[in-house]
This record gives sequence, C-alpha cells and structure tokens, in this order.
Amino acid sequence: MFDYDIVVVGGGPAGISAAINLAAKGKSAAICSNNYAESALYKAKRVDNYPGLPGISGAQLLDGMARQVQSFDVKTIRSQVLSVAEIGDGFYISAGSEVFSVKAVILATGVVQTAFYPGETQYLGRGVSYCATCDGMLYRGRKTAVIGLRNDAVEEANQLLEIGCEVVLIMPNDPPEGIKPGVEFLRGRKFAFSGDEVLRTLTVDDENIPVDGVFIVRASVAPDLLMPELSVKDGYIVVNEKMETNIAGVFAAGDCTGRPYQISKASGQGQVAAFSAASYIERK
Amino acid sequence: MAQIVNLTQKTFDETIKTGTVLVDFWADWCGPCRMLAPVLDELSEKLGDKAVFAKVNVDEERELAQRFGVSSIPTVIVFKNGVKKADAIGVKPARAYEQMITD
Repeated sequence: MFDYDIVVVGGGPAGISAAINLAAKGKSAAICSNNYAESALYKAKRVDNYPGLPGISGAQLLDGMARQVQSFDVKTIRSQVLSVAEIGDGFYISAGSEVFSVKAVILATGVVQTAFYPGETQYLGRGVSYCATCDGMLYRGRKTAVIGLRNDAVEEANQLLEIGCEVVLIMPNDPPEGIKPGVEFLRGRKFAFSGDEVLRTLTVDDENIPVDGVFIVRASVAPDLLMPELSVKDGYIVVNEKMETNIAGVFAAGDCTGRPYQISKASGQGQVAAFSAASYIERK
Repeated sequence: MAQIVNLTQKTFDETIKTGTVLVDFWADWCGPCRMLAPVLDELSEKLGDKAVFAKVNVDEERELAQRFGVSSIPTVIVFKNGVKKADAIGVKPARAYEQMITD
C-alpha cells in the first residue's frame, strides 16, 4: 500500500498546477513545500504577463493558488524534501522527519542553486548537513552553525539549541523574529568550509569560526542530491516533452527544468507532468 | 530470511573481524534512515550469502558513531576482514550498496 499515488515536491506555480490536475484526475496527491510566502514570486509587486490577470501581485497569485489547491483533496505538507529513493515498484520520500511511499513523483522544486560553497561537498556528511532534524543529535554539546538562507532557518537553530548544541545562526540580512535566547546571531554572506578529515572551520566573510557542524538551510535541495541517479545538466533536471526524467515514475516541471523562469510556462509544464504521471500509474 | 544484526560496543569488533560486513548507522528520529531500512532489508535477502548486514543505533552507541566519524545519518560503512573499505552518506540507490559489497 502506498501513502499517496503521487507526491509533488514544491508548492510554486508548477507544483500547484500539477497537484490540481492530479486531483482533477482522481489521483491521491500531496504537495511537500516550504512556506510559499518565502519565495521570490511572493515578493513580486506586479506580474504583467500572466494571461487574464494583468497587474496581479505575486502574493495575490500564490495566495489564490494555495486557496485553489485547498479546495481539492490535496494534502499540503510544510516540510522540505531531503531525499527520494526508488524502492520496489515505487518511491520513498523523506521530508523533515516524515517518510511517505508513493507510486510516482513530480519534482517542481523551483530555481535551484547550482553553486556550492567552497568545501561544501567535500565536508558533506563530515560536518556539513542539510538536516538539523536528522543530524542535530550527533552534535549535542558541540559547536554548530546554521547558515540561514530562508527565514525559517530560525526553527532549525532553535531546535539545535534545545537538543543541547551551541548554536550560531548566520544570515545575510537582519535577524528575523523568534530567535531563542542562547542562539547567537551573526550576519554573513560569503561562506567556506575547511578542516582535515572532518570539518573544523567555517569562514564567514573574512572571519574564521571553529565549528563541529554546519547546517545549511536553502530554498531547495539540488536535484541530484535529492536523487543521485537523476539526469541533470547545468543544474537543471533533464526532461522530455512529456516532462519525464531519465527515471521511470519521476517527472519534473517548472523552473527546475530550465529557463525561462515564467509562471505560465511553469503551470503549463506542471499540467503536462500531472497528465504524464497519472497515465504512468494507470499503466502500471 | 536474512537477519539484520543489531551491533553494540560489545559485539561490534567481533562481528566485523571476518568477511564482508555492511553496517548501517541510524537512529529512529531520522526520516531518511527509516527510508533506507527497507532498501537494506531487500538487499540482505539478495546478498545475505555474500555479506553480513548489521546496524548501529547512534543514539544508543554514541562511542561507535564517534569512532567512525559518523556525523550525518544514515551512514553506511562496508568492512572487509575488519578494515573499512567504503562508505556512503545519505540514502543511495540499492545498486550503490550492492557495488560496495561486491567491489
């Protein structure tokens, strides 16, 4: 038994469009996404080229999409997907501390970061982590840093503090609300990692900070880290005209498949991905 | 059915001493670890005659986790005659673990 027919990873226009179309086709679907109010589109003052809604703001558009998806039987899971693994005739998806089994996956993760910080991949799993929920306990009583590229990085920092870690939260802008007393705050934009077999030092701008662990909280996890066997070119997921990837049962739509980064293109691709995914699970 | 052996500080060295042993460092609060468990179950069925499949709960066996520098879970390490031969951090496809055992 599967938890859902299909999970859509990402709650922007491509993901919402995919989920609505899946629900309309009678498939059980869930969306896993961060809070969409953190997205670049949400902050856009005007969108002038989306057909039928000239001058609408990004916030209005995304709020409308969120309401629309809620009117369908689609579960929204506010959690970042960390890993997708093929098992048997389906997939397992891990989001935060939850795990779901599904028949097919639609990746709509948005524009993905392509450049890693110097030393990041070298120390991944040797001091660098993307998941405080998973790895925080291994750093109890030790010195950790959280690089917060999303406002909800505060939650990760607070959680590490509660576990018993020493925590410094580093973000490019002013500290957001909700930081617990005990979490140190630092402003920083440039990061690099160094050490020996394990991570020892985080360089923030020009300052060296001795650390045991660093947790990076980004808008999305790079697609080939989500699924190591996924075919990716120049940081974009490779798809065909049916939005199929190189892995049967995995589809992708929207900005994560490449330019142009446009709402109409994303929602169109989301629909195609939904139709392809629906027919894939019907064929199985 | 091939069993996955739960290792502790007491049984670890004796278990990895001879042959090929795959050890999964995990914890029950880790989502990706729960995802990996069925992958390794399936693989242990297939390769149970080539390797011993074992696991270490890092919450209960912190010394073992520290000894092998485990700082991200799941981490899978393959030992051959007591010597670490390969490791993999995070959830990988079954093929990757299979290769670590057969290489």
